[in-house]
Amino acid sequence: MGPLIAQIVQYIESYLSSDQTPGGAGNMFWVLVYIMLVFTGLSVAVIAMNWLERKILAHMQVRLGPMRVGPHGLLQPIADAIKLLLKEDLMPAQADGLVFWMAPLIVVLAAFTVFVVVPFGPTHAITDMNIGILFMLGVSSLSVLGIVMAGWASNSHYPLIGALRSSAQMVSYEVAMGLAVVSAILMTSLNAEGTGTLSMIGIVQAQLAQGEWFIFKFFPLGLIAFFIFAVAMVAETNRAPFDLAEAESELTAGFHTEYSGFRWSLFFLAEYSAMIAVSSIAVTLWLGGWLRPFPNLLSGTPWDQIFSLVPGVTFLLFAAICFYNTARMPKHPLFRVQTIGLAGFGAVLGLIGLVLFVPPVSARVQDIFWFSAKVAGFMYLYIWYRGTFPRYRFDQLMQMGWKVLLPMGLGVLILTASVALLQPMIWHP
Amino acid sequence: MLVGGILVITRKNPVHSALALIVTLLAQASIYLMLYAPFVAGVQIILYAGGIMVLFLFVIMLVSIDRSIKERQFNSQWVVGVIAATALGGLFIGVFTKGTSIFPEHALPVVENDNTQKIATMLYGQYMFAFEIASLLLLVAIIGAVVMAKKRI
Repeated sequence: MGPLIAQIVQYIESYLSSDQTPGGAGNMFWVLVYIMLVFTGLSVAVIAMNWLERKILAHMQVRLGPMRVGPHGLLQPIADAIKLLLKEDLMPAQADGLVFWMAPLIVVLAAFTVFVVVPFGPTHAITDMNIGILFMLGVSSLSVLGIVMAGWASNSHYPLIGALRSSAQMVSYEVAMGLAVVSAILMTSLNAEGTGTLSMIGIVQAQLAQGEWFIFKFFPLGLIAFFIFAVAMVAETNRAPFDLAEAESELTAGFHTEYSGFRWSLFFLAEYSAMIAVSSIAVTLWLGGWLRPFPNLLSGTPWDQIFSLVPGVTFLLFAAICFYNTARMPKHPLFRVQTIGLAGFGAVLGLIGLVLFVPPVSARVQDIFWFSAKVAGFMYLYIWYRGTFPRYRFDQLMQMGWKVLLPMGLGVLILTASVALLQPMIWHP
Repeated sequence: MLVGGILVITRKNPVHSALALIVTLLAQASIYLMLYAPFVAGVQIILYAGGIMVLFLFVIMLVSIDRSIKERQFNSQWVVGVIAATALGGLFIGVFTKGTSIFPEHALPVVENDNTQKIATMLYGQYMFAFEIASLLLLVAIIGAVVMAKKRI
């Protein structure tokens, strides 16, 4: 038994230290393992987002949010999921059956397939296509089709109007997104050969080779391009303040009005996955992907070691917050289960934090941690926008997409290209 | 791709035809992939399936389709259709059997890692004039569409 375990561990080790993604190496087994890992991570992230959104919005609105279901509402997403699974599955009369059934499927497929190229590390992606960013933009534009189908198949006025508005908005902001992406890709070509790359891992490696994140490059052009993308990505995913098409007070929930139970939860899942996907694009293109902060300013082994402690410290901080709140729980006998639950949750987080200090785990987890931390920052921004900004009216929304963001995107692209030409092309590392 | 194409022309419901066309376009993107042209496949998905078909669906959904679903589908020019299809099929078969010299011996083992870079170098270098003319054509089309759809200048 001992030698068998040692053999399995050695097999896993020998694979994890390879220098290629599983798709690049053509290893189907590990591709499937990575796909399961990414899928699990994504589902956990969506569940966490549900809880975080309700709690953070509540705290921004000076109220508490869900507190009853688990300790501090931690089991609320699970209760929501069970409720959605048990709801009656309706189909409107004279709705187009096949299209009604297929619409959530297409949206979910498009939202999840995008994660095949998301780079969590230099070899931690499912595969690294040489058209990575193009693939991500293309597949996420297929979700517009699912929304249009959903609105039409519901055979009702409000969903149809909501779907058409929603898809018009998404198509308009895809143009602005594309221009911002092109100006970032342009910056990858400032190397010795003069050619850039569209692959996601290649973009982060170009940022590493050029020594600065693209958001700071050719200041302020990188920043403006990032800003255009940040606004366009919020509009692309139909989130506040661009959520006229699905806000409850406007069109009675827009294109997913007639969907109930599990079908609606598929739309919900797809929306959060799309949010995480476009945030991953923003992080990869402008914020340096998996690189730790200040790779050049604070370089050298001592700084590397300090930064490598951050994942473990973060989880220990979460555990400390949990224990602090356990101490603050009311001492009533009815709260005993919640107190024990919260203490248990804190213990699990603390254990994860301690495991992340162990050197082999810590070395592997660095890239994934920094990438996830940056994407988590974007998720907080999404929730912040929802709690802060009033909604855009639809004509204001379309006007901003076509008359403000598109000219800005074109201007940034032309200026970036000009500045890139007027600089010496060869980067001396 | 064949199934999608046949479904496009046989469905009574225009929305089903549009969806079948989307399936056909996605199949075409995978054919491009099999021909070692990943860039063209990606652009096909973004533009055709994700942009043009969305606009198709807009128009189909905004125009009332109840009347066209109830219309009886007719096919009264099938003689000319069969003659044209046979001629085209004969042309294909002729090229395939007699013109084997224009087809390569076996599939070229092309390296597709820098497919995008090569396309960019050729498009903006050798074929720059064609590129500019094509973009001018698109500009004229956009202006024409706006002028035709405006109510009043």
